[in-house]
Amino acid sequence: MSPVDRSKLPVPGPDRPFHFPRIARRTLPNGLELRAVTHSAVPVISIVLLVPGGSAADPADRHGLVSITAGLLDEGSRGESALDVADRVARIGGDLDLEVGADAIVVALTTLDRFVEPGLALVHEIVSAPNLAADDFNRIRNLRLERLKQMKDHAGAMAERAFASALYGNHPYGHLGLGTTASLTATTVDETRLLHAALFSPEGATLVIVGDRPAGELLDLASAAFSDWRAATSPMTIDRAAALAPPPRPLTTLGVVSRPGAAQSELRIGHACAPRATPDYHSLLMLNTILGGQFVSRINLNLREAKGYTYGVRTGFDLRRGIGPFVMQTSVGTDVTVPAIREALGEIRDIASTRPATADELSLGFATVSKGYPRGFETATQVARSVAQLALHGLPDTYFEEFIPRLAQVTREDVSRVAAAYLDVEKMTTVVVGDLDKIAASLPDLGLGPHQVLTPEI
Amino acid sequence: MQIPYTKRTLSNGLDVIVHEDHQLPMVAVNLWYHVGSKNERPGRTGFAHLFEHLMFEGSEHHNHGYFPPMQRAGGLINGSTSTDRTNYWEVVPTGSLELALWMESDRMGYLLPALTEEKFTNQRDVVLNERRQNYENRPYGMAGMALSAAMFAPDHPYHWPTIGAPEDLRAASLADVHAFFETFYHPANASLALAGDIETEQAFDLAEKFFGDLLPGPVPDPVRANASLAASANLVLEDRVELPRLYMSWHSPAMFADGDAELDVIADVLAHGKTSRLYKLLVYERRVATDVSAYQHSREIGGTFQMSSTAAAGVSLSELEAAIRSAVTQVATGGPTPAEMERALAQTEAQFLYRLQTIGGFGGKGDQLNAYNTYLGDPGYFDRDRQRYLNITAAGAAAAARRWLEDAPLVTLSVVPLGRRELALTGATEVHVS
Repeated sequence: MSPVDRSKLPVPGPDRPFHFPRIARRTLPNGLELRAVTHSAVPVISIVLLVPGGSAADPADRHGLVSITAGLLDEGSRGESALDVADRVARIGGDLDLEVGADAIVVALTTLDRFVEPGLALVHEIVSAPNLAADDFNRIRNLRLERLKQMKDHAGAMAERAFASALYGNHPYGHLGLGTTASLTATTVDETRLLHAALFSPEGATLVIVGDRPAGELLDLASAAFSDWRAATSPMTIDRAAALAPPPRPLTTLGVVSRPGAAQSELRIGHACAPRATPDYHSLLMLNTILGGQFVSRINLNLREAKGYTYGVRTGFDLRRGIGPFVMQTSVGTDVTVPAIREALGEIRDIASTRPATADELSLGFATVSKGYPRGFETATQVARSVAQLALHGLPDTYFEEFIPRLAQVTREDVSRVAAAYLDVEKMTTVVVGDLDKIAASLPDLGLGPHQVLTPEI
Repeated sequence: MQIPYTKRTLSNGLDVIVHEDHQLPMVAVNLWYHVGSKNERPGRTGFAHLFEHLMFEGSEHHNHGYFPPMQRAGGLINGSTSTDRTNYWEVVPTGSLELALWMESDRMGYLLPALTEEKFTNQRDVVLNERRQNYENRPYGMAGMALSAAMFAPDHPYHWPTIGAPEDLRAASLADVHAFFETFYHPANASLALAGDIETEQAFDLAEKFFGDLLPGPVPDPVRANASLAASANLVLEDRVELPRLYMSWHSPAMFADGDAELDVIADVLAHGKTSRLYKLLVYERRVATDVSAYQHSREIGGTFQMSSTAAAGVSLSELEAAIRSAVTQVATGGPTPAEMERALAQTEAQFLYRLQTIGGFGGKGDQLNAYNTYLGDPGYFDRDRQRYLNITAAGAAAAARRWLEDAPLVTLSVVPLGRRELALTGATEVHVS
């Protein structure tokens, strides 16, 4: 073998093609959509149930209701106690996860292949027949109230809350899933029962099962477990469409949550932006990769590598069924709060105007996203969660297969066009969680007008 | 259950381990240097972690950042530092394996010519930011440092945190940093694993091509140090927190030593999941705590068994302490029940299987092969490691709890809201962490 040529980096060889495995489908008579994928690696089964209607479906005066109802699913079902459920999960070596996003609830169980049947039975029971008992409700609500207290210690959590509220106001995306002390205190166990009956229905839900078995067999197993799931009736109605309305115009340009003595300033900058279904999704992904979506992005190279203001900074389009936000987030030294905000806003402004994405940046961004794409489908759980996302956003089964070719079509002009169309620094809201006494004098230098002191409701 | 592999040692001492897995078109490159913060000395702490940063800033033949070429190739690249080792890894499309090996070998063989004062100063500042963000500005973030400092004497290498002391980082000179690199970052102190979409013989050829001509240094002497507590200590730390939290820490067996796996099971029985004894008692039934955890933190030259619990509003930490001590005594006396043993073993089996799902990154197959090779000289230890757990008996677990926990001295640390010293355990001494 020839010695190493250290005068230049080796040129990567061609990529071996990536193919997403076939997705098998079935619709049960009760309306539940089934998806199955054969994934041969290790004898592990992943079961993911997606129920549309997340925190955005919270009633206006009961923020946190969807989340606490979902959180009660594994606190006992069919008369068995919470400990019995936990014991069943443990005995199948299971990893059970209940997640509440803005748009959907996801129940995910990973278990060993030989426990596929008890695993499916468990997921079915907890979603269709949770006890929702008063005693468990009180216990879980108290834990959540304690967690809210602890959130006050977390600069990041305070920033999330203040930012969502500043951007969306009373829109369904304007609050976080956990709710507030006031709303949780007002919530009753009866309301969780009403919400459960209204929200958890096989109609509209999708069950994905992935494992080392033929897809037909996986579908049969899922059918057997879920065919007797029946929708309940509830006087409560869920307004899944409210989240699709455009948010009101934000009232805050520069907001500060005072945190005396904080070692750092936690920052969020952005505005409401676009729905996931936008035809410009791939262009926005490229824009984000170049601007702040990777280590070598413009903002990170500037704020971390050149200026040393932060340990890391990133941007993202948190796109949803309704209009999701663009957000830049970081944590910086208190003394560099103002220059860090100025630089970040400058990078966002420039990529849409004076310094459009270069050909190099575009090819680097494309390589980063496309060549690394197969990594997202290594485990059964990754595959199952990905398929569930297709269902949530109404994307075709061929979406993953077509992703790279579609991304390859994005041009510099596309990136410039979406930067100008989707990002507007004049309309952005900046939220700072930090030591107000130390930064107040320098905030006017930003030229964003007087700052507003925010006290996010916890 | 195995991770099939082939291991060979190059003439310069570099261990190379290859594992084939052709499921996806990608390969994991994983390189361990047997150096961590325990190889540092007092007054010069934080170097191993600082190198984790410097290693990404360029080497002699590629004197630029390491992220752009890897990202352009669609690779992931990262690293981490513990008290005992540093690891560096890439996960790349199959066609970019040579690129990853070129870069990984260049920073092993040719880092110092490219390491300037400017880079050094810049990355030191990044580390100081990291320290503020991940420790100083995070609730309970300084508790770990306070515990390590109290558990280990100032000259014991687990006394100081991996991230280092700010004054040490500021005092470090370029010459110090060069000397540290020359001692620890060379083929004879490293282990390379290649896992994924590659043929075994081709993998060894590539390892020889890129690493074979790098010069080894002397194998560093193993670090030895004894740790014990002459007496229990009771400390309090004020922090920007709402709820007081109690930490309890005992000395325990080192990684893979007798009693290590048993204490893992004891930790599960005490505080892992809702079925654990203390979760059930403190969080589920009495509702006096918002969480409780137990963890056998085993490391190369010693372990600590750590518990913590956050008090619900209005509950005193002494109530939690009494409950935890009583649960420890009970498990040390009667051992786990048959149902607890069954659950612990099912979960252990599942965890071992789940670890086989990824080829690279933190905790993937490449990382596991290197861990076993670096600590035990045997990359094939996976099944014996699993066997360690399958062999545990209730009586053996109880014996470990008696020996290491029941009557042993420990450090208790109360973390309380600012200005609320009275919420700490009675008689606690105030501790300051820089």
